This record gives sequence, structure tokens and C-alpha cells, in this order.
Amino acid sequence: MHVLPYLIAAYVFVIGCYGLATSRNLIHAVGCLAVCQCATYILLLAVGYRDGATAPVFSDIQPGSRPVVDPVVQALTLTDIVVGATVTALLLALVVQISKRHGTVDPDELRELRG
Amino acid sequence: MHHLVPLLVAVPLLAAALLVAAGRHVPRPAAEGFGCLASATTAALAIVLLLNSSPPLVEWVGGWFPRGGESVGIMLVGDGAGLGMAALASLLTLAALAYSWRYFDEPPRGHAGSFPALMLLFQGGMCGFAIAGDLFDAFVFFELMSVVAYALTGYRIDEAKAVQGALTFGVVNSLGAYAMLMGIALLYARTGELAMTRIGHGLDTAAAGGGPDALSLAGFVLVVTGLLVKAAAVPFQFWLPDAHAVAPTPVCMLLSGVMVELGVYGVWRVHGTVFSGPGGVPAADFTRALVCLGVLTAAVGAVMCWYQRHIKRLLAFSTISHTGLFLVGIGALKAEADDGTALYVLGHAGVKAALFASAGILLDRYGTVDEFHLHGRARGLRGVGFMFALGALALAGLPPFGTGLGKAVSEEAVGGPLTVLYVAVSAITGAAVLRVTARVFYGLGPRPEEREGGERDEDKTSGCDAEPETRRRLTRVPDTMRAVAALLLAGAFAAGAAPGFAGVVAHSVDEAGSWGVFSSVHWTAAGVLLDLLSTALAVGLAALAVVRPRWLAAPDRALPLRRLQSGHVGDYVAWTLLGMALLGALVAVGGQAP
Amino acid sequence: MNPRARLWLVVLGGAGLAALLAAACLRLPRFGGGHHPYGDRAVHAALTRHTANTIASVNFDQRAFDTMGEMAILFAAVLGCVVLLRQARDEHRARPRPAEVAPPVRRYALVALPVALVTGLYVIAHGQLSPGGGFQGGVVAATAVHLMYLGADYAALERVRPVEAFEAGDALAASVYLVLGLAGVPAGTAFLANTLLPYGTFDKLSSGGTVPLLNAAIGMEVACAVVVLLARFLDQAVEIEEESGK
Repeated sequence: MHVLPYLIAAYVFVIGCYGLATSRNLIHAVGCLAVCQCATYILLLAVGYRDGATAPVFSDIQPGSRPVVDPVVQALTLTDIVVGATVTALLLALVVQISKRHGTVDPDELRELRG
Repeated sequence: MHHLVPLLVAVPLLAAALLVAAGRHVPRPAAEGFGCLASATTAALAIVLLLNSSPPLVEWVGGWFPRGGESVGIMLVGDGAGLGMAALASLLTLAALAYSWRYFDEPPRGHAGSFPALMLLFQGGMCGFAIAGDLFDAFVFFELMSVVAYALTGYRIDEAKAVQGALTFGVVNSLGAYAMLMGIALLYARTGELAMTRIGHGLDTAAAGGGPDALSLAGFVLVVTGLLVKAAAVPFQFWLPDAHAVAPTPVCMLLSGVMVELGVYGVWRVHGTVFSGPGGVPAADFTRALVCLGVLTAAVGAVMCWYQRHIKRLLAFSTISHTGLFLVGIGALKAEADDGTALYVLGHAGVKAALFASAGILLDRYGTVDEFHLHGRARGLRGVGFMFALGALALAGLPPFGTGLGKAVSEEAVGGPLTVLYVAVSAITGAAVLRVTARVFYGLGPRPEEREGGERDEDKTSGCDAEPETRRRLTRVPDTMRAVAALLLAGAFAAGAAPGFAGVVAHSVDEAGSWGVFSSVHWTAAGVLLDLLSTALAVGLAALAVVRPRWLAAPDRALPLRRLQSGHVGDYVAWTLLGMALLGALVAVGGQAP
Repeated sequence: MNPRARLWLVVLGGAGLAALLAAACLRLPRFGGGHHPYGDRAVHAALTRHTANTIASVNFDQRAFDTMGEMAILFAAVLGCVVLLRQARDEHRARPRPAEVAPPVRRYALVALPVALVTGLYVIAHGQLSPGGGFQGGVVAATAVHLMYLGADYAALERVRPVEAFEAGDALAASVYLVLGLAGVPAGTAFLANTLLPYGTFDKLSSGGTVPLLNAAIGMEVACAVVVLLARFLDQAVEIEEESGK
């Protein structure tokens, strides 16, 4: 069972890619991209976990009294979340403009930029 | 001196923040002047650091110098290659800002500083990526430059194509970036470190003589996928023409001139510091993967380039094709090939940025970038036409341009049948641009006709209904635009012609690389002859295309390839997935994957 | 490409990727294992600098350069949204109509607003001590302001939220972070070095040297950035209309 969290991260990444490739709506596609990104959170946090450990915050526990999870991956995840939120916002802004200029958010109906 | 390395990032970011803070109260010329000043300061800083980069500068941000070989801080590497890319990015940003000086489309109301601020953020992101010595830090700045690039690509929201191209760009590149982050997480799980050199040591220790396993190969594939998406290697390349065809010209100069090349640089850096040891990727596997993808990229880019009539899109495909050559160059794993590639990147940046600048002048003057519609119309723009022709010849490898020297040196280092690839790619891309020059600026040959039997979908992306990027259509070309294009061409010329410059570049790259040897780089008789051969081929091909358009007009044989460029974001994602699987297969096929 | 061909491509590529990831997962160290060299060093470094929340120490001291990049990404995205969601040539602004709000919703929003705002500020202020920090608290504070939209209407929100001021605040907070980083450089220390202030007493509000300052700058940046970001999207939904009246 020790690989299950990692396999879940892999599954979420692949399923996000599947959704992105087969999407019929750009808003849904941006959501699928966020799903792919969730895979990175899961993987990072799973990598940083330590058996029986608590949060690496020492305002209420004595340093050294209990094992703590890896603080570095938590910081990386925080950065990752901010990156993901901003990218999502920017892509949604582009979708808003696409729906205005093209009158559709279905990628099958965007008939520009071929060849 | 090493304390100044992080300022390469901090200075442009601070300038951008100040521009936005004061943006409402500053008139446009002041905002743009300040942007140019900040960009120039960063460029000067990069050059000063570059001159002091032997031995390489290493900086631990926050003063977290390693104790007993271990640190908790972020390492920045100011070696010749990293600072060289930072200097190139800064100089091109300055050129792009100068090019857009006062003529570029009206910024949003009350935000006079927003365009220069975005450009400065772009510059900061590129510099940060170039000097990163920490894998996660590289990811952060990689994302910074991507995010700014999406916004800049979609800058002209009144154009339907611009927002579509920007979204495609954003989705594909973000997916690549997340793949890269998955790879970083895998490598962190194995080694528990983030500094590139420490990850490399960790992999070697974990392998303990047994060679790489599935985990390190997967880490390699995922990290390199992110970088190759940025570098627009086949089959990750589809976003690039869509983004370049629609992005504002000053942005195209940066995207094509340096951002794509930073992807190649990233592959070089990550391989050299993380994966070159016994626990990384065996040299033969790395070479196989990069040379295969590079050859494919170069070939696809060249063929697609030839069949374009949208001038900016044509230049975009030529960038893809040259990136393929750069990938072959770094895939060869030889010191001389690295040196040649570095020179090629420098020369290409100047030439390609100058060509985009000239294409932008056409767009602003005539409101179209369609080769067919422009036939003979730009006869009045003699200077621009001359620069376009010179740029085309430089692209084909005319000595003594930097492109010619870079091509000659890498050709010689890579050797064998790949020499043909270098000559052919330079000749075809050069010929395509020469053909455009002859038709558009000199009105040579018969006027090209629309295809009989109606328009195909693939021919609709012609660029004939593009909007000028200036407030109104230009009646005369501003001197700043011409001067920027001329200076960029002069820079590309100097990169090959200035005595001693090539030696300095080669020395910096060798010192930054992991070969431990110093090669001497200079023009050789064979190199000059091959350069002249590709130039002559380009001229011949272009002449044939202009005089007998039917002989070389789009045959239906290339149609399947053109149909793949479908403009559909789902297709591009599917290709990206296939590319990851392909890359995995290429590195695993010879390895001892368990 | 038709959907069928695309599906085949996805299945082929996805299967390859899945196999690669699965093979990698099987070789990963055991879930919950104890080998975290960087993490252990980070905990130790945080304690020597009197920062109780190790993650705050990683974010604002040990890896403060990453956080600077992260802040720049947020800043760039906000600027990008301002540019992308501007009023296009064929659009005009309509005055938002006053909206009817059910009294219970109004009461709840007006009670929750100050509570949420104070919570956000608390989370920012205690970032170096307890879970949370500038990013988390900034988002909470920015969301609190938008309870005004739920409780009253768009015009009321616009009164409590002058977007220009928040844009300037966003940029100034980013500048403050950078200036704090640059402060030591003329004196010969490294960029973003945590040497300007004493490290203080462990587990007190003023502990950690420059960590609380950088944390506060980020808190302000995030709060302003989220407000501006939401304002741009709300503008599109509420105010901006196309000329043709579509």
C-alpha cells in the first residue's frame, strides 16, 4: 500500500490530461488544467509525509518532541498553489475574450490559425 | 561581485512595480523612457557580471552559504552561459522596448506603464531562469516568464486570433510546466534536495554504480518535457506558430529571439548539472533522444516554413526549424558543439528579431503580412527591404554573420550525415525569407494567385486581414523601428565577424559546461564553403520559387503535415502526451529500465 | 484532426505516460519514510533564527527568492488581467443596477464582513508563529471585502473598494518586498539576507528578523492583487457591455 498516494497523484495527472485533450468547452479545459496541477500538490505532499508526524510549526510543541513532516514541500506546494491560481485567472481572462470575439467557447468551433 | 547576481532579477521587477504604482500619474513617454532605462541598467549589469564571470560566480541568496557542503538557501549560478543568456535577454528586451517606443498601440486607459512593466517582468523572469542553480527556483522563474508571455501574446484583445493563440500557448505551456513540477517532485523524493548539483550527486549516490532506474528516467522525461515544450521541439511545437503569428511584434522578437532558446538552454543546464552522472541519463540515450527530436523538429519546421504565406508565421516556423538544430547541437554532447550552438543562438537571436521587426513595419504600414497581398507593394521601403534580404541571407548562413559561424562550428562538431541537415535547413528557411523579400519588396516574378478551386482551411491563415499595431496605419516608418532592426542585424554580424568574440563565447561556455576542456573556435575553410553552399542553395531555391511559382507551389503532399497544425487545443495536448511517451521510449530503449 | 483520431492519440500517449509514472512510483521511497535531509536542515535553520513556523522561515528567509518570484507571478497575472480584461474598442460601460438582497443574506454578510477581515489580518500577522501567513491571510481579507457585493450590491462594493488604490497598493507592496531585499546589498550582505533586525524571542510576534516584514508585504500584495483580479472579472460580468447590445 505504500505506493498508493503516489499512484493517485499519477492517476490525477493523467486523467487531467485526458479531460484537457477531449474537452468541448474552454472553461472546462482550464478546469482540467487545474486538475493536472492538483496532481503536483498530491505528489509533493505525499513525498514530504513522515509516519506519525505533525505540522512543522513549533508554537505549540517542543522542538524535537515529535517528528514533523517535511516543511520544504509544504512551502513548495504553497508556491505551486499561487502559481496555479494565477495561471487559471489569466487563462480564464483569455477565455472571456475568446467568447466575446468568437462567440463560442467550444474548441471545435474555433476555425482560425490552421496550417 | 557575486552579491550583485540576484539584482539581475530584482532590478527589472522593482522597476515594473514602480511603473505600475505610478502608472496613473505618469505620461506615456516618461513611463516608456523609465522602462528603457531600467531594462538598459539590467543589461549593463548583466554585461559587467559577464565580464567578471571567470571563474563562475556563485551566489547563495539570503547569505545561506553552505556549511559542511549543505545549505538551505537558493543557489544562483553566474557562469558564462547563464549570464550570457541573461545579457542576451536583457539586450533584446531593450531592443523590443525601443522598437515599440511611442508607436505601439494605445495602452489601456490610465495604465500608460502596463506594456513596459510587462516587458520588464518578462525580462526579470528570463534572467531569473538563466541564472537559476536550484531546480524549483528555475521552475518559478520559468512560470514567471510564461505567465507574462501569455498576457503579452493576448495583448491585442480586439483581435479574435490573438486571444485564441494566447490561450493555446497558455494551456500547452502550463501543462508542460506542471509536468516539469511532477518531475521535480520525483527527484526531490529520491534525493531530498533541490539544488541542481546536489540532486545530481543524490542520483549518483542512489544509483551506486547500478545505473539509472525508472524513477530517474521519469524525472528526466518530465523535467525535460517542460523545457522542450518551451523550446518548441516536435511534437510539442504546435503552440509556437499560433502564438507568434498573433503576438505583438516587439513580443515576437523576444519570444523567438530568446525565450524559445531558453528552453534549449534549460535542457543543456539540467542535463549538465543533474543528469550527466552515472545515476542520470546515459550519454548515448540522451544523444539519441535529443538528436531524434532535433532532426524531426528541424525537418518539420523547414517544410512548414516553406509553405507559409503569413510572414510572421513563416518566421515562427523558421524559429522551430533552427531550434531543432540547436537541440541536435546540445544533444551531440561535445564541447565544440556546445560552443557552436551558443554562437548560433546569439546570431539567430539578432537575425530573427531583426526580421520580426521588419515584418512588423510591413504590418504597421500596410495592414497585412500576407505575402500574396503584399506582392510588389513595399517597393518604397528600400531600407527595410535591404535588411530583410540581409536577414534572409544570414539565416541561410552567409559568412561572416554569427549564424554562419555558429552553423559552421556546430556542423563540424556534429559531423557526419547531420551536416546535410544543417545545410538543408539553413537553405530552406533562408530561401523562404528570400522569396518573401523578392516578391514583397522588389515585386519580382508573377503575382502569386489564390489557389484554384476555392480556399482550403489551411490557406486561411494568410495574415491578410491583420490590424496594424500602431494607433493608425503608418505613413512613414519611424526611425526607431528601422534603427532597432539595423542594430540587431549589426549585432548578428558582429557576433561572427568581431575578431576574438567567438573565442570568448567558447571559453565562457566551456567553463560553464561539464567537459573540462577548452576548444578553440574559429572560421575554417570547410565551414565557410558549407556556409556559402547553403547560401547559394537558398538563393537558387528562392529564385526558382519566384520565377516558376508553380514548380514549388504547395503540393498536396505536404498537406497532411499542414493539417496537423489544426489550431485545436485538444489536439496539441494529445500531441504533448504522445511526446512525453515518445521521449520516455527514446531514453528507455537502450537503458536498463527495470 | 477528428475526435476519434485525437482519442487514439490520447490513449496512446496517455498509456505511455501512465506506464512511465507508475514505474517511477514503484521506485519511490516508502510513503511516510524518514529520509528528508533538506527538510531536517530547514527545521534546524528556522529554529536558530527563532521562527516558530518553519514554513514561514522557508518562504520568507531560506527560500525568500522563490517567494519573490512567486509574488512577481501574481503581480504579473494581475497586470495581465488588467490588460486582457480592459474595455475593448467596441464596448462601453453601463452603470450597474442596484440589486435586491434578501434581508437574512444582508444581515449575515454585514456581520461576517468585519469578522472575516479581522481573521485575515490575524492570519497575516501571525504568519511566522502559527499556520498561515501572508498568502493565506491576504486571500481571506480580500474575500471579506467582497461580502459587500453579496450583502449589498455592486455599487456598494465599488465604494469600499477603489480599484486604483488597490492597484497602487499591490505595486507598492511588491516594491516594499524588493526594497527590503535590496536593503542589505549596499552594505555588502547578500540579497534578501535576514540580517537587518534582531531575531527576537522565540514564539513572539516580533521574532524571526525580517520574516514578519516580508510576510506583511506579501499579505498586502496578495490582498490587493486578489481584489484587483476579482474587480476585473466582476467588471466584465456587471459593467462592460458590447456596443451591439448582445
